[in-house]
Amino acid sequence: MRERIRIGCGAGFSGDRLEPGLILAERGNLDYLVLECLAERTIALAQKRKRQNPSAGYDPLLERRIELLLPVLLANNVRLITNMGAANPLAAAQKVIEIARRLNLTVTVAAITGDDVFHQLTGDETALETGQSLASSGPLVSANAYLGADAILPALATDAQVVITGRVADPSLFVAPLVHELGWSLDNWEQIGQGTVIGHLMECAGQLTGGYFADPGRKEVTDMAHLGHPYVDVLADGTALFGKVEGTGGTLSLATAKEQLLYEVMDPGRYFTPDVIADFTQVRLQQAGPNQVQATGGRGQTRPETLKVSVGYEAGFIGEGEISYAGSNALGRAKLAGSIIQERLQEQFTDLRIDYIGSTSVHRTSFGHYPDPYEIRLRVAGRATTSQQAALVGEEVEALYTNGPSGGGGARKYIHEVVGIISTLIDRNQVTPTITLLRV
Amino acid sequence: MKIKLYDIAHSRAGDKGNTLTLSLIPYKPEHFALLQEQVTANAVKNHLKEIVAGEVTRYELLNLPALQFVCQQALTGGVTTSLTMDTHGKSLSFALLEMEVDVP
Repeated sequence: MRERIRIGCGAGFSGDRLEPGLILAERGNLDYLVLECLAERTIALAQKRKRQNPSAGYDPLLERRIELLLPVLLANNVRLITNMGAANPLAAAQKVIEIARRLNLTVTVAAITGDDVFHQLTGDETALETGQSLASSGPLVSANAYLGADAILPALATDAQVVITGRVADPSLFVAPLVHELGWSLDNWEQIGQGTVIGHLMECAGQLTGGYFADPGRKEVTDMAHLGHPYVDVLADGTALFGKVEGTGGTLSLATAKEQLLYEVMDPGRYFTPDVIADFTQVRLQQAGPNQVQATGGRGQTRPETLKVSVGYEAGFIGEGEISYAGSNALGRAKLAGSIIQERLQEQFTDLRIDYIGSTSVHRTSFGHYPDPYEIRLRVAGRATTSQQAALVGEEVEALYTNGPSGGGGARKYIHEVVGIISTLIDRNQVTPTITLLRV
Repeated sequence: MKIKLYDIAHSRAGDKGNTLTLSLIPYKPEHFALLQEQVTANAVKNHLKEIVAGEVTRYELLNLPALQFVCQQALTGGVTTSLTMDTHGKSLSFALLEMEVDVP
């Protein structure tokens, strides 16, 4: 058993920057690197890709991240845990093996599967969001249960240097190495509660070290262009000291840690993961030094008997169109354009949205304080059942050039296929995580 | 005197499905009592009436100190199917900070 381990988080979402993870692997003195790359929508889209191509469905940036990181991770003896397997952890593991072969590296990769419960659902299960059956939302395309730290632990007991999962609760990616290395018990709610606090603070990577925080003149963050991602030193007693690599940009302070501790938390006294119902209300944060924050006092009570299942369904299409107006009475002309579009499309669309970008598009109001801006971009979005219908929105906006108010410019049109997300619960005994080891 | 929350506190928004979470963290702990007293769940629901259709629940974190607001039916259907620009509601932290409070 170790007295202390260091875990870095090099990515907090699928599209996160590549460089901070590399810096952590090179200079972070890490034992583990975690890359958290999987959102609910990401996995549903990945399932659709897998259906079209059985060897696809893992994270689109996996190849670039692994090519960059693998030589450094192996040279520095850093283990990688990542959910970049998305809808297809086995294919992702095979891709890592292929990259290792190309780079003349020797590696063992563990793929963790079992989160895909699509074929176990009938569609009659109740959706938590609607109270109706899952199938009543639309044709189902994916169903992934959130696995916990227990699914990862057997892989850590092997010689695998790379562990690739699909849907695993984000904090569990951190709880697993803490349990494995520090001799913690999955049934010790105090340890797992504190581990979950640690994982929650880490899982969004740069959001702990000053990313998504800065407001110039008020909330200053140093050298954001070179924002470093965090690592955490965890002692066997659970004390966690968060830091970042010397020389990287960003700021790690009580204020950044507080914002991240509460991020996406629905009930601070009862934060549900597959591992524990964690309690954040006794957490003590202290500034331990420049860019160093200490966290203690995370707690927990029991683990939920059910696992959350994230379910994707086909939700049709969204058509969008945009056009700009500027100068005197820009908002007046944009509003005239909006009313023209409304009249032209109202019979084909029951759900049409008209936004005035620069005025009220983001918050749906400007709280009455702000004068008319110099320029306005009209944006129209409509929900459609087919892509042909969705295309009408952009076509009508573009046609404002010659059939709308004076001075419209820069029209653009888009069509998106939409996958909706709902969730349900499944008994944890119905979910069986499995490990596959691949070597080269 | 009336001031905006922006002048004394900071906030981060988060989303889960159609639910919006908003933290409210005073820059100075001595402003926490004022936030506790004036930034009630009802006051936030009223301030965000054009944005939040459902209930607002407030949690007090005396350990930070900070308040956490959980707003139901706030994201017009949620991240994936909403027609709005900011489908996650990520920018709504600054909508909360537009709220005014009385300071002595």
